[in-house]
Amino acid sequence: MADPQPDNLLEVRDLVTAFDTDAGQLTAVDGVSFPVPRGRTLGIVGESGCGKSVTAMSIMRLLPQPMGKILSGEVLLGDTNLATLPRNEMRSIRGNRISMIFQEPMTALNPVQRIGQQISEVLLQHQDISKAEALDRSVEMLGKVGIPSPEIRATEYPHQLSGGMRQRVVIAIALACGPELVIADEPTTALDVTIQAQILQLINDLQRDLGMSVMLITHDLGVIAETCDEVCVMYAGRVVERAAAKEVFANPRHAYTQGLLNSIPRLDGKPKTELNIIEGMVPSLSELKAGCRFAPRSGREHKGHLLTERPSFEEIAPGHWVEACPVCTRA
Amino acid sequence: MNNGQPILETDHLQMHFPVKGGIFRRAVASCKALDGVSLSIAPGETLGLVGESGCGKSTLGKTIARLYEPTGGSVKFEGTELAGLPRSELRPFRREIQMIFQDPYESLNPRHTVGAIIEEPFVIHQMGTREERRQWVADLLEKVGLPAAAAQRYPFEFSGGQRQRIGIARALALKPRLIICDEPVSALDVSIQSQILNLLMELQRDLGLSYLFISHDLAVVKHISDRIAIMYLGKLVEMGDSAMVYENPRHPYTKALISAIPVPDPTHVPERQVLEGDVPSPIDPPPGCAFAPRCPVRVGDECTLRVPELVEMEPGYWLSDCTCCVTKDASKA
Repeated sequence: MADPQPDNLLEVRDLVTAFDTDAGQLTAVDGVSFPVPRGRTLGIVGESGCGKSVTAMSIMRLLPQPMGKILSGEVLLGDTNLATLPRNEMRSIRGNRISMIFQEPMTALNPVQRIGQQISEVLLQHQDISKAEALDRSVEMLGKVGIPSPEIRATEYPHQLSGGMRQRVVIAIALACGPELVIADEPTTALDVTIQAQILQLINDLQRDLGMSVMLITHDLGVIAETCDEVCVMYAGRVVERAAAKEVFANPRHAYTQGLLNSIPRLDGKPKTELNIIEGMVPSLSELKAGCRFAPRSGREHKGHLLTERPSFEEIAPGHWVEACPVCTRA
Repeated sequence: MNNGQPILETDHLQMHFPVKGGIFRRAVASCKALDGVSLSIAPGETLGLVGESGCGKSTLGKTIARLYEPTGGSVKFEGTELAGLPRSELRPFRREIQMIFQDPYESLNPRHTVGAIIEEPFVIHQMGTREERRQWVADLLEKVGLPAAAAQRYPFEFSGGQRQRIGIARALALKPRLIICDEPVSALDVSIQSQILNLLMELQRDLGLSYLFISHDLAVVKHISDRIAIMYLGKLVEMGDSAMVYENPRHPYTKALISAIPVPDPTHVPERQVLEGDVPSPIDPPPGCAFAPRCPVRVGDECTLRVPELVEMEPGYWLSDCTCCVTKDASKA
């Protein structure tokens, strides 16, 4: 975290993603911009329905078809704009230079295919190697993600493994081709805390050893605090705050970030006392307003143009960006 | 704290499910979901129950509510034995013990209006006239912070947090004394979670309820509970005052569990004790201390030879008497 201006592996600029539904076109991601620094971990935090996963799916170009579309904006990996890349070219990047770790380890794996085969599949797709070589590499990957007796496990099926072990397999698949960026979408949400600790440590260790960037999507601020260098806080399809993790926790400027941090019960808190709350709930996509979207829950009065014009996204301190609604960022 | 009679007391409660196999579907083994659980809850108290998935937390809740008939041990509600009681005699106790479930999407009948859902307990217990019941439903909705108009609407029209409020209103309908909260906030977003926790604490203050609060989230449990019990593979391993268990855990599993929780503070340097392996299967639990295969301070053969018991080490503080916990110097990993 020493140098203030690390070079960026990937940059998302003004990304707008929408879904066609019976109720019309709904914008799930509304002009989101952030860089993913090289070799670092970027956390994306927010409650359900705030657009975290849709952002990830847009970068991966895995939006459900034909409803989901990227309407505008860029996803720059070096000079390549992934948002407009033809499908076959995207295929050579996905799983190879950028890969993904999914939330639900059971549904992310094919139940009727041996684990070794599932890892080989990625290798065979992207590298010019024989099946036997691919299988050897798969066994090696399984060892790397800490699965005991990998030769035997490679011949087994997903149902023979526990949840934690399955998630390790998903990680092995994601890392098989040595990607530059791994997007982990709630990788530990379905796991128990002791297993979560194992998996987060594994991701951290592998990141250090392989020098990749990680984009970690979670709703757990504890996970963010322990694993991320940078944090984007999302609310209702927009990034409301972005800064170094330490800065976000020590000096949150947006009312939503503050509310989120204040509302979680803490282990060192006073028991049986009233918790701080954020009133109301996350708005649904069909009722999003143009202005400050946190206005109805902020408990602060918003007037006039604050409700009708989108607040600008400003750098209020070096590296600390905030959606500068004057009411929500008031000290 | 425990002056007078506890509202609920279990003694060596057992729930073994048969595992069927072979062509005749005979019981070939048993799944020891609860294997001798003893605990008590005082009036107006919250006992938090923490453990990982598959450790038997939910089974304990359901067995206490007599949704399962226990296969051994006793459950006493204010001194009356519930285990083995026939259905008809159980009915009055059904009013006293209610449950709130984890998934607010699946625990409400989608075809009933919210009013009908909350009214159902009154109908089952043949209480009040239609007009009275309507008034009670409106009162309950108000108590949990929903508008009276919600009674005419269907569950799908509500968000997760609001549905959980509906579930709470239903649980409160018969004025129970004990509510078993089975992961009531696990499916909710952070900002909604704190709203529901506040509601539960407020209702407890106003109505003098007792809670058995089941969760895998130790931070949530610690916040809401007076006492905490830690469960591992069908057995309690440590139980005591919540601050005491958290600040000075003595069982190696409790220590690992507490150290595994990510702390929302980037300046905090975790002294993490990452446990190896997974929770073993309750069908074929390891011999002796069930935690031994993962235990970082395993002493040796003794651990696999003797099944540890939960004993009261000091008044109100219970600990599994496995060798590694009891020997003080070995407990420092």
